[in-house]
Amino acid sequence: MPAVQETVEQVRSIDVDQYKYGFETLIETERAPKGLSEDIVRFISAKKDEPAWMLEWRLDAYRRWLTMEEPTWARVDYPKIPYDELYYYAAPKAFVAPKSLDDVDPEILKTYEKLGIPLREQEILAGVQRPEGASRVAVDAVFDSVSVATTFKEELKKAGVIFMPISEAVREHPELVRKYLGSVVPVTDNFFATLNSAVFSDGSFVYVPPGVRCPMELSTYFRINERNTGQFERTLIIADKGSYVSYLEGCTAPRRDENQLHAAVVELIALDDAEIKYSTVQNWYPGDSEGRGGIYNFVTKRGDCRGARSKISWTQVETGSAITWKYPSCILRGDGSRGEFYSIAISNGRQQVDSGTKMIHLGKNTTSRIISKGIAAGRSDNTYRGLVSAHRKATGARNFTNCDSLLIGSHCGAHTVPYIEAKNASAVFEHEATTSKISEDMLFYCMQRGLSEEEAVALVVNGFVKDVLQHLPMEFAVEAQKLISISLEGSVG
Amino acid sequence: MSLLEIKNLQVSVEDDRQILRGVNLTVNPGEVHAIMGPNGSGKSTLAHVLSGKDGYAVTGGEVLLDGADLLAMEPDERAAAGLFLAFQYPMEIPGVATMTFLRTAMNAQRKKRGEAELSTPEFMKRVREEAAKLSIDPEMLRRPVNVGFSGGEKKRNEVLQMALLQPKLAVLDETDSGLDIDALKIAAEGVNRLRSPERGMIVITHYQRLLDHIVPDIVHVFFNGRIVRTGGKELAHELEAKGYADYEQEVAA
Repeated sequence: MPAVQETVEQVRSIDVDQYKYGFETLIETERAPKGLSEDIVRFISAKKDEPAWMLEWRLDAYRRWLTMEEPTWARVDYPKIPYDELYYYAAPKAFVAPKSLDDVDPEILKTYEKLGIPLREQEILAGVQRPEGASRVAVDAVFDSVSVATTFKEELKKAGVIFMPISEAVREHPELVRKYLGSVVPVTDNFFATLNSAVFSDGSFVYVPPGVRCPMELSTYFRINERNTGQFERTLIIADKGSYVSYLEGCTAPRRDENQLHAAVVELIALDDAEIKYSTVQNWYPGDSEGRGGIYNFVTKRGDCRGARSKISWTQVETGSAITWKYPSCILRGDGSRGEFYSIAISNGRQQVDSGTKMIHLGKNTTSRIISKGIAAGRSDNTYRGLVSAHRKATGARNFTNCDSLLIGSHCGAHTVPYIEAKNASAVFEHEATTSKISEDMLFYCMQRGLSEEEAVALVVNGFVKDVLQHLPMEFAVEAQKLISISLEGSVG
Repeated sequence: MSLLEIKNLQVSVEDDRQILRGVNLTVNPGEVHAIMGPNGSGKSTLAHVLSGKDGYAVTGGEVLLDGADLLAMEPDERAAAGLFLAFQYPMEIPGVATMTFLRTAMNAQRKKRGEAELSTPEFMKRVREEAAKLSIDPEMLRRPVNVGFSGGEKKRNEVLQMALLQPKLAVLDETDSGLDIDALKIAAEGVNRLRSPERGMIVITHYQRLLDHIVPDIVHVFFNGRIVRTGGKELAHELEAKGYADYEQEVAA
């Protein structure tokens, strides 16, 4: 069955306000008291059994955060977030770090099954045969604030790859964590990153040793379940000299009437000749058609091409969240390093997206490429905001940017805000941008051939985003294509 | 039963300007009808209204396809019921491979008719066969729909779609426009291969030259929103010689 056809069938099976992942898992949770204070930061740190230096790092961030103001420059509009009313830590009750999947609460495992991202190890444990050559993905599942299961640990260990919850890495690999944590996104970077530094609960840690090509895709699945809980995950990935790793991140949350805060920080470090590929499919609950509920997604993602000839590539499919504020960026420090950003950002209903990237060229002969596809439907607003800059010493810097926006209907908005700064004469920056509306004539042409209006929109949109989809790992690309149609459901007519 | 019956069809555009002023036309299975007329006479409007394009208001009359009320159907339902329009200006769909488009369209129609979808090998076999008959390079099928196609390639792509979708009634809107004589011949041969005792065709054209290659059974002269004269294929030659001036005088008088 062609993917488009399949997509449309999926769309049919759901109606507008029915968010596919809107189920709640009934498990007992343990929460920290409401609000934020030094005591809460100490509480979180103690829960994680952290060393003293980690607690100091958090407290330092917290004190700094108290002096900071929430940024207002993005083209998004939302009521003030009551930081004192939030819970900053929630964990499945009586949580003891699991030794194996047997120790994981079956309710949580069920949740992941419902998400359609089964922990692959379950299959292996159950003796399920997998077809020859099927790709394998190691998964780290984060439930509210705690990492509940990491699969394929042993096999990764053989290759020398460290893939574990960051809370564990703090205890087991303090030398690596201390060296790299906050080295790309400093504690003081911005309001949300600083907040994350103070209260981050869990997330993934990856270290790939020199010359190692990570034998499988690594993946994290985040899910916010608990009411009024912020999720502040922290991801740190280090690719040592000449290594390669591909990392996938998927996100969902059950539907709720109130807004939930999500403020993550992701730091990537690529040393000489290393390559990191980071892919995200973000499908947090977007709120209902009137804009009630939904996730506030304020995320700081940054990669540092620290070594010569290193490469970092971000691919994102953003379909969820009431508000998305996210600019995965690359600092091209090493000579000859390369940064890439491929993005599909879809907004429907009352969603607001302000997303883009920064490519900071510091080293010589650094190159970057930005392909951004924004699709706005319903009454949503979709902004691309990007910066391409070349430092004085970044001779031979090159960038190519292509930003295309597609409008569906006449009540949505698409905006492109590119900043370009070249401080040296040899830099070559190219920028292309288009804005188009799905034309009636195009839809009519498809319908005359037998496609329904929904099928026609899905086909045209899939064509529009194709340049980006092909950069996603195969398994994600199929899921992403489905998500795209689901999120555009009800956008025509 | 007639394949298509158009009875006293009256159509306006949104600013209330009347374009079709009582069109009557009956097409039986196996017949090829030509509709000739000057620019602005309403020929293309007829094609659009039959296929269900937005922007027109039917103010009177009715249209039956196989006895069913065509005007009550959505455009995709009309397609599934067997109506095909070869576009004068086929649309470009960036990023969608022609092959994907063909397959999506065929399966969408089959599904609406309650038929099973085509298997991949069966689909590939049919496409290859039909493409070869139209001298279409397989490479063209991998390119996005009509993007960067020459005028000839676009029209051949229309004929290819028609061959694959096997409609009951095909409406060809100015299929000759923008084609040189070689391209015209290939397209016309493709259309002729699809003539059959079960299928009806309406060939809309401004010029006689297309009708040298697709020889019609019946020719209608379309003028000022209605059919003003009907005859055999010789009528086309008469029009070529005399132009539409006579009809203009009739209207003026």
